[in-house]
Amino acid sequence: MQERSKADLLLELADDELFLGWRNSEWTGIAPFLEEDVAFSSIAQNEIGHARALYELAARELDTTADALAFDRQPEEYRCAPLVELRRLEWARTIARHWLYETADEIRLAALKASDDPEIAGIASKIDREETYHRLHAEMWVERLLVSEDGRARLNEAVEELWPYALGVLDDELRPELRSRIEGRLGRSLPEVEPVPRGRHEAELAELWQEMTVVRRSAPTGAQW
Amino acid sequence: MIFEVFRQERKGQPFQHAGSLDAPDEHFAEIYAREQYGRRQESVALWLVPRASLHEIDDFPDEFDLKYRRVDGYSIKARLREARERAGTLQG
Repeated sequence: MQERSKADLLLELADDELFLGWRNSEWTGIAPFLEEDVAFSSIAQNEIGHARALYELAARELDTTADALAFDRQPEEYRCAPLVELRRLEWARTIARHWLYETADEIRLAALKASDDPEIAGIASKIDREETYHRLHAEMWVERLLVSEDGRARLNEAVEELWPYALGVLDDELRPELRSRIEGRLGRSLPEVEPVPRGRHEAELAELWQEMTVVRRSAPTGAQW
Repeated sequence: MIFEVFRQERKGQPFQHAGSLDAPDEHFAEIYAREQYGRRQESVALWLVPRASLHEIDDFPDEFDLKYRRVDGYSIKARLREARERAGTLQG
């Protein structure tokens, strides 16, 4: 793994999960069919649960609170990969991102489970156990899309568009593994592209941040539900 | 495909019908059932049955009104008490 502090590592993971959870939850109520709506919303809630657990660990390192880390930073301070910031309210792209992210996350979690820090290794194992079901869900959709010509075309187009972003989720040394898994599954090679690096932000981030932090900004001492 | 979902709340308890779901195949059905009937830890096990596999019986003729065969046909309480008294097994 690339060198970074424990808090920075936790924030990268937490920010990825928070933004992806938020983006996926944009399908709640409007997913292609009812069962998928419930399932995808539930997956989104899980991601946000992972983000919370990670923010809590990071908060201990930084002597602050999980809420402060999640909501009080400025948009440019977030450390998520641009992949999770993109607003792509189109089902093929949503599924492609979900699959690319889950595959990258599996590779990253496998590396983190071997961490010398028992806290990092522990939370990585815990998250990984839940991600198993997310991967099943993503894999099932990919399998389904690949059997028809139309589905295959839509998935390939979406993956190609998101590919530089997907590479950006991982550190350099983990990227070849992602490439080999995705290419293997699609049965084709993907272009050699410059990864969209973590730390750079998409224009959509600011808008999402506005929406995500509106409650926090209107009730800084904590909203009561 | 429509699947009927049965769930077990605690180990050892009978499975009860929980609802149904529509899914393209059993893989999707499994994921959807987990999310809809298991994500709040409300079930320890689920049974998924394709609706087409169910054999439904819904006709029960009773032309001669054989009400003595039905549990509501007569009261058993008094007779049971007498029988228990005779047998010396009456409790309390």
